[in-house]
Amino acid sequence: MTYILIFISAIFVNNIVLSQFLGICPFLGISKKINTAVGMTGAVAFVMTISTIITYIIQKTILHPFDIEFLRTITFILVIAALVQLVEIILKKVSPALYQALGVYLPLITTNCIILGVALLVIKKDFNLVQSVVYAISTALGFGLALVLFAGIREQLSMIKLPKGMDGIPAALITAGLLAMAFMGFTGIVK
Amino acid sequence: MKDSKFKILVNGLITENPIFVLTLGMCPTLATSTSAINGMSMGLATLFVLVGSNVVVSMLKNIIPDKVRIPAYVMVIATFVSVIEMLIHAYFPALYESLGIFIPLIVVNCIVLGRAEAFASRNTVFRSALDGIGMGLGFTLAITLLGVARELLGTGKAFGFIVFPDQYGALLFVLAPGAFIVLGYLIAIMNKLIRPLTPKGE
Repeated sequence: MTYILIFISAIFVNNIVLSQFLGICPFLGISKKINTAVGMTGAVAFVMTISTIITYIIQKTILHPFDIEFLRTITFILVIAALVQLVEIILKKVSPALYQALGVYLPLITTNCIILGVALLVIKKDFNLVQSVVYAISTALGFGLALVLFAGIREQLSMIKLPKGMDGIPAALITAGLLAMAFMGFTGIVK
Repeated sequence: MKDSKFKILVNGLITENPIFVLTLGMCPTLATSTSAINGMSMGLATLFVLVGSNVVVSMLKNIIPDKVRIPAYVMVIATFVSVIEMLIHAYFPALYESLGIFIPLIVVNCIVLGRAEAFASRNTVFRSALDGIGMGLGFTLAITLLGVARELLGTGKAFGFIVFPDQYGALLFVLAPGAFIVLGYLIAIMNKLIRPLTPKGE
């Protein structure tokens, strides 16, 4: 039951982009076409799940027992950066098709705050390993949902003429605001 | 390289303001600007990291091999972030709670890495420090402005002082959608104001 709650809450109620403000950069930058939005979501889901498992294990077996939690930020970012490189190399060898699909998005992910954010959130929320994995996957799905919805709106938006000052980022931000408002409607589903 | 020192400083503040013009570092901007104080603290923390990492990166620019420069920069940045995180935790526990995971997330703030890569890695220590100060102040200014706007619209206060009468309150602006909408309009206004100042073709 708790897993379903985590799942629904991470996708709809506390959507990572629209209510927690993580991963805004790809949200604004990449979401101009639905195809790229889907590719980015795949890459994020893939890396986030693996990185959450690894950082979780590091936290529980090294940082916490030895009382060196002040090194958390530095360790996690190093692990994530190395992991992204590793995933890229392995993917290239093992599954060229998947690499073709996700390849361009992988390097961008290192500086995507979603990955580090989720790794930190999982520890803050005191989840166990399975809950963390569920949380990571559902967060990635929530990210994907927001990205795809937003890309769809922006594809339409690009066809109309906007006042000069509003064109581009301002219009995108206000659209995101309206989308966030719509997602607020889900508040209360999960208490 | 020909830019005067003063121009470097002003560059970050206005013509290349990280939020309004470059639109970098949006996550902390949107998330921590729920009130003017929170926004300003976040801005100052980022300022500290920016100056520190810019100075160290420009000192190490000839030592770090080109191929591993990005991970090396990230390590430098992460060090400064850990320092500021521990300082805030020790002296401002309330602030530490309200900024939450966004303090460690300064590591992945694109402005910091962006300036290390684009400016500090090819300029002298002094110039890099100036750039860090300029960019950091520009970021602080923008995020504080957003914080003031959201606090004022949302609760009728600014920096905790009551501006509008008690009954006023539009909670929406403090919540998530308000962040997007207010920042959208702020950038639109800035576009109108700053555009004429930037040289043509940029």
